[in-house]
Amino acid sequence: MLTLEGLVYRSDDFSLSADFAVPPGARVAVIGPSGSGKSTLLDMIAGFLAPVQGRVLWQGNDLTRMPPGDRPISLLFQDNNLFPHLTVAQNVGLGLRPDLRLSADQRAAVGAALARVGLAGYEARKPAALSGGQRSRVALARVLLRARPLMLLDEPFAALGPALRAEMLMLVRELADETGATVLMVTHDPRDARALGDQTVLVAGGLAHPPQPTEALFNDPPPALRAYLG
Amino acid sequence: MARRAQPISVGLWVGAAAAALILMLTLGTLGAVMHRAGSFSGFGPADWAAIRFTLLQASLSALISVALAIPVARALARRQFPGRGLLITLLGAPFILPVIVAILGLLAVFGRNGLLNIALSWAGIEPVSIYGLQGVLVAHVFFNLPLATRLILQGWLSIPSERFRLAASLNFRADDVNRLLGRPMLRAVVPGALVVIFVICMTSFAVALTLGGGPRSTTVELAIYQAFRFDFDLGHAALLSVVQFGLSALAAVLAAWIAVPGFSGAGLDRPVLRWDARRGWLRALDALWIGLAALFLLLPLGMVVGQGVASLFSLPPQVFGAALRSVLVAVGSACLMLALALPLSVAAVRAGRLFEVIGTLAIAASPLVIGTGLFILLRPVADPVALALPVTALVNAVMSLPFALRALLPALREVEATYGHLADSLGMRGWARLRLLLVPRLRRPIGFSMGLAAALSMGDLGVIALFADPSQATLPLQLYRLMGSYRLDQAAGAALLLLGLSLALFWLFDRGGRVNADA
Amino acid sequence: MKYPIFAAGALFATMAVAETPVLTVYAPDYFASEWGPGPKMEELFEAECGCDLQFRTGDLMPRLLLEGDKTDADVVIGLNTDVTKKARESGLFAPHGQDNASLTLPISWSDEVFLPFNYSHVAFIYDTTRVENPPASFDELLNAPDDLKIVIQDPRSSISGQALMLWVKAVYGDKSGEAWAKLSPKILTVTKGWSESYGLFTDGEADMVLSYTTSPAYHIIAEGDETKKAAIFPEGHYLFVELAGKISGTDQPELADQFMAFVVSEAFQNMIPTGNWSLPAKLADDKLPEGFAKLNMPETVLFFDEEQAAALRDAAVEEWRAALSQ
Repeated sequence: MLTLEGLVYRSDDFSLSADFAVPPGARVAVIGPSGSGKSTLLDMIAGFLAPVQGRVLWQGNDLTRMPPGDRPISLLFQDNNLFPHLTVAQNVGLGLRPDLRLSADQRAAVGAALARVGLAGYEARKPAALSGGQRSRVALARVLLRARPLMLLDEPFAALGPALRAEMLMLVRELADETGATVLMVTHDPRDARALGDQTVLVAGGLAHPPQPTEALFNDPPPALRAYLG
Repeated sequence: MARRAQPISVGLWVGAAAAALILMLTLGTLGAVMHRAGSFSGFGPADWAAIRFTLLQASLSALISVALAIPVARALARRQFPGRGLLITLLGAPFILPVIVAILGLLAVFGRNGLLNIALSWAGIEPVSIYGLQGVLVAHVFFNLPLATRLILQGWLSIPSERFRLAASLNFRADDVNRLLGRPMLRAVVPGALVVIFVICMTSFAVALTLGGGPRSTTVELAIYQAFRFDFDLGHAALLSVVQFGLSALAAVLAAWIAVPGFSGAGLDRPVLRWDARRGWLRALDALWIGLAALFLLLPLGMVVGQGVASLFSLPPQVFGAALRSVLVAVGSACLMLALALPLSVAAVRAGRLFEVIGTLAIAASPLVIGTGLFILLRPVADPVALALPVTALVNAVMSLPFALRALLPALREVEATYGHLADSLGMRGWARLRLLLVPRLRRPIGFSMGLAAALSMGDLGVIALFADPSQATLPLQLYRLMGSYRLDQAAGAALLLLGLSLALFWLFDRGGRVNADA
Repeated sequence: MKYPIFAAGALFATMAVAETPVLTVYAPDYFASEWGPGPKMEELFEAECGCDLQFRTGDLMPRLLLEGDKTDADVVIGLNTDVTKKARESGLFAPHGQDNASLTLPISWSDEVFLPFNYSHVAFIYDTTRVENPPASFDELLNAPDDLKIVIQDPRSSISGQALMLWVKAVYGDKSGEAWAKLSPKILTVTKGWSESYGLFTDGEADMVLSYTTSPAYHIIAEGDETKKAAIFPEGHYLFVELAGKISGTDQPELADQFMAFVVSEAFQNMIPTGNWSLPAKLADDKLPEGFAKLNMPETVLFFDEEQAAALRDAAVEEWRAALSQ
């Protein structure tokens, strides 16, 4: 279980508070107007931003002071998920060892992960030689390989077309089902929130609201969400 | 930048160690000299004259270099012609040129029997003399016009191309573009360029020596040399060095405020697409500026080649031994520079500008004081003579660090901004981050700055006159020895060899950074 | 059990020393370079001493003064009369033990500590193809047209520049400032050292260069070129002497003494004219190489001893600087 305990972030005239828990295995969309602090919430959980007060807990362990790479978290950004100078296999292999000194078994695991996302045989390519969808798959292969119990996705497929985006969300769901991971995904599109599944966190007015069932939320949106949806 | 939930990393400690080493070499050596001196004599009229002259020539050198660079850079930015890339590369050559070689070339053009005066006498015009303040300025502009041009050209290229399209669609004329796009860019770039060149010219030594024309043109660095060498007045030398540091620090504080632009080795071969500068007289004007700059910067180089080529193949074997030694020192110096610059840059990006300031300190340090201080510090623990070449490599590395940081830091900031989070989330730290992220992403600025460091080291006469070992002479020292034993023709050959090796080293490193560098 | 190891080490060390004792010689860079007299000197001395002569080069006096009595030097060669006072006051040097009376210097030499090994006179060198009527006296030089361009060296960084300053002082005394003012417009530039000046002269930048009466010998003997000549002034020429000295704290006193004797031996002195392009301090004139007979030599020799020179120096430098800064 991910617990945000009285979490507060503040800088200049911006502030964000969060105080809720996410049950294990949940798939949570994070939605809200731009500038409301969706990415800030994820950055605090991931460890890129330090809260001024409060704690981030995973299964009761305090993560608040832990470096990002040590947290039980896999991340997917909007772009720059891959290092352009490394091959597909190296990019995925980083998920196992950040210094890339891989054993034969680990190399085989990289191949298997790539095969799982439909990219068998692409090991030696550089990201520049891939399509946008293929690059997302490489990043997902790495998430699969890291097998961390918490997946944070920050509008990862925003640059993709609607069909491709739906396909990727499906893949995310499948991977989450296979690994039992908890998923938090920032999105600005209610359709993505519905496609991902059960719960949604609304971020608005300096507050990250506790997760609510997605369908119920969109069927009867509170005023802040209604303003956003238009 | 936002505060991170991270403990202090190993990288920061390495950066701190690099900073400590640089502090030891710059301020530490100065302290050692002061400690040894004990007493300090005050400044006489000659010292004040030296301080005044140093400020005057450094200010004028900076102003003239930048004033000339503005039209040259504008012309280069908006013109596309065959050989443009090669010309821009060649125009950079004077900056990495050994001073002795450059002076020989400048005298062949501007000297009493130089090309200029020959041309003037054909035209029936009185000859002009290069000796005096004008000579110091000509030499400093020769060295620094390429740097200023490069900084301003980068400024032009940093303007998004959409702005020029917008300008074209709004039917801007050339002077509208200059006013609305060029001027704001210049306001951002020019102050930094002025400060950098001012500080470089502050510590000028050899130029003022030969071209200064007499004691009128004594610089502070020359006064330090005299205090040290002739009067053996360590206290006086140290005091002058403190003044030099103080003046440079003042300029550096200014620079910190007005944000000195970085320079990168990349991307200058792309001209800005312009629709506003197509008229004939503008083309002619640009051609004139480019032609004049090329003539001014390349003619002296051509003269060095012309004078040296005859004796290049009859050089004594010791010269080639010295050349090999110099190349090894230069390569070693380039590697040491990188070993200092990378952790220092990482620390500067992570922990603030203090590291950047420390890395830039060497630009104001007196090589003579560093050499003397090191001798005092090393002698109780080791034989300074046995360490002559490694110490040369290290000191040269520190002296080229300020330039290297200007190339590396902006690029590193960009890499960290783009890929820092991804690397953090994957737990890439320390050595793995350096090897798999920073070095591959920074290949171009690394190649460029290593080339710069190698070339600057190649031409350095050695901060360590005290340490010299007769069997370990470097190429510039061998060049001086040839001059000192009446062998001027062979010295010209050695100068050409030095020129060729300096440029070749720069080219190889810079090239190495570009080849196969992925987008 | 550490003691025997230490003893064995010490034994090896003494054995190594016993095999080839090392004589450490501090010398200026030009002296020990491939084209200076150093390598030949090393060869000649090692043949007679059965030792290993090792040169250390660099700025002689600053280095010696920095090292003080911890210096590695056994002997020093290449000092000049400008620094003897400072060197003597350092207390680092021991008497040379050679017979001053047998020297062939143009002045009598009574210094028991610093031993001359060669000398020359400062003079202005010109090229007969470029200057047809060189000034025949110092006065004529001062009154020559301003388009006669000379290059000189800075007295604050160069020993020849210092010698010129004292030369002017010796000729013009209290009127030296006026002399410098007259000379000033003819000075093309002032360089740090001799090499830069001489380069400007041979490149044709300057008509005359401050150098030594013996400089033309190089051109005559090594290049077969007799167009370079020294302008001889009847007012006299300032003497320039190079010296050797023995370090009192040397751990090789016998070798150091042997070296001092070697410095004025015929073997070494014979090598000086073409090895250091200078006049030997102890050699009969008839033993000089042929080309030296063609050199112009002064009748009158001027010289300040170190006390006189030291008393004049600071004021003379300021006088020089002020006159040339106008």
